[in-house]
Amino acid sequence: MAETDPLLTSLQPLVSQLNADYARAIDDDRLEDWPDFFVEQCLYSITSIDNHRQGYPGGLMWADSKGMLQDRVAALRDANIYERQTYRHLIGLPALLGEAEGAVRAETPFLVVRIMRDGRMDLFATGRYLDVIVEDAGALRLRERIVVCDSSRVDTLLALPL
Amino acid sequence: MSSAESPHAWPGDTLTRVPYWVYQDDANYRAELRRIFEGPVWSYVCLESDVERPGDFRTTFVGEMPVIVVRAEDGTICAFENRCAHRGALIALDDRGKARSFQCIYHAWTYDLRGNLTGIAFEKGSNGRGGMPASFCKEEHGPRKLRTTTLHGLVFASLSPEAPTIAEYLGQEILGRIERVLHRPVRVLGRFVQVLPNNWKLYVENVKDTYHASLLHAFFGTFRITRLTQGGGIIVSPDGGHHASYTIDRADDRVSTAYRDQGIRSEHQNYRLADPSLLDSVDEYGDGIKLQILTVFPNFVLQQIENCLAVRQVLPKGPDSMELHWTYFGFTDDTPEMHRRRLKQLNLVGPAGYVSMEDGCVGGFVQRGAATASDELSVVNMGGEGTESQDTRATEASVRGFWKAYRRYMGV
Repeated sequence: MAETDPLLTSLQPLVSQLNADYARAIDDDRLEDWPDFFVEQCLYSITSIDNHRQGYPGGLMWADSKGMLQDRVAALRDANIYERQTYRHLIGLPALLGEAEGAVRAETPFLVVRIMRDGRMDLFATGRYLDVIVEDAGALRLRERIVVCDSSRVDTLLALPL
Repeated sequence: MSSAESPHAWPGDTLTRVPYWVYQDDANYRAELRRIFEGPVWSYVCLESDVERPGDFRTTFVGEMPVIVVRAEDGTICAFENRCAHRGALIALDDRGKARSFQCIYHAWTYDLRGNLTGIAFEKGSNGRGGMPASFCKEEHGPRKLRTTTLHGLVFASLSPEAPTIAEYLGQEILGRIERVLHRPVRVLGRFVQVLPNNWKLYVENVKDTYHASLLHAFFGTFRITRLTQGGGIIVSPDGGHHASYTIDRADDRVSTAYRDQGIRSEHQNYRLADPSLLDSVDEYGDGIKLQILTVFPNFVLQQIENCLAVRQVLPKGPDSMELHWTYFGFTDDTPEMHRRRLKQLNLVGPAGYVSMEDGCVGGFVQRGAATASDELSVVNMGGEGTESQDTRATEASVRGFWKAYRRYMGV
């Protein structure tokens, strides 16, 4: 079991810290820092539990390189039009599922409230992060983060990453 | 002219002015559900592959009517109202599944795959008492049945015996444009639902509106995926209701300064992708058409943007709300390279799409902007007053076509 593995136990606070930093970058509107939580050759995808179960690979956002994540941020800053909004991420404790060849698999629940410019707050998304985490240049980074939302419904639009 | 249900009047015979009450009025909305969605139109309901084998079913909606679409034992696709003939409860509660028959959970009335009422629990009562009257005829009771038709892997349904064949309904040009995209078996890549805070017609107009695409969507213009200075045009079906717009890359556009000269926000000279593989497209249809957007009145969109393919189903949910059901797809015989390319290009569309994100909010901006302007008129005058096909996309002819069809179905 995961909790008896001393390596995984020792990593849990580090993974929690990674998630806390990740949430702060997005919620504090430091989107430019967001791609740095990933390694160069990464996979980031936002999907739903229904798509995930059925093996549908398409995502609402889908990136297989850090460059694609940077492009997403650039588009949000310079090209896309959406009403001013922020998120508040609440990220739960990571369950560390295993380790192989220097990569740790983790599953972490999250909840995101979206706050619109007029003050309206909505429960925007809940789900799980399915992560593959590696050590890269002295820090833990995401090699893979599949964002599995509990619902396939999106209100109006999904601008900021989850 | 005013409809019996609505106190509002249309502004004469022109298609170039649309009153805002048409997006707001509850009585008019209810009339639309009856006259359009339950009328002689074909509504898209699902892919043929969604109900591949006998017993496979999906639940969806035609207008606001809950509907079961199911493959019957003989291979035909049946559709019927998802409403028990007894007390009106939903018969099927899942989005999809496999069934030999359907049983309402409320009182266990049973239906076959064609929607025929076949069984009534305790029909003869218990111990000789109670039960249904002997005169009750099951054949005379059942959910309303819809006609179905298939077209290149798409399933359409109609409640009206008056709807013509799908080929007649669409016309040759639109048929050809559907066949162009859906010429081999599809593989679904994902499904998402986008809940939009606007009247359903604002979304349908938006899809038909070739004028806005490169102006609202900076991503389009900047990367020259579609610009009004490129080649292309629009096809409007003779009845106005269906359309296809298309963009053909043209070498002279690459040096055009028309957008810059007009100070249009959507062109950023310095915008470059860190990972340009997103737009590493191939001309998979061999005709140079980079983008084709097609609508079938009243609720269907077929989209090809580069190698990014999707169908979109428009479901009205009240005067100021709707759902957009996205189905992303490729083809069963896609190479691994094409499969990956499609996954990347799906970033262009959907609720988080580089070029479609704005369509999720712009309808709401109209709904909110025109909140107290019920009797004011919006202007639909680009490209003249008619609904003819044009070899430019700087026109609103297909939006006027929508209103031409709409007014005919609504009788206004």
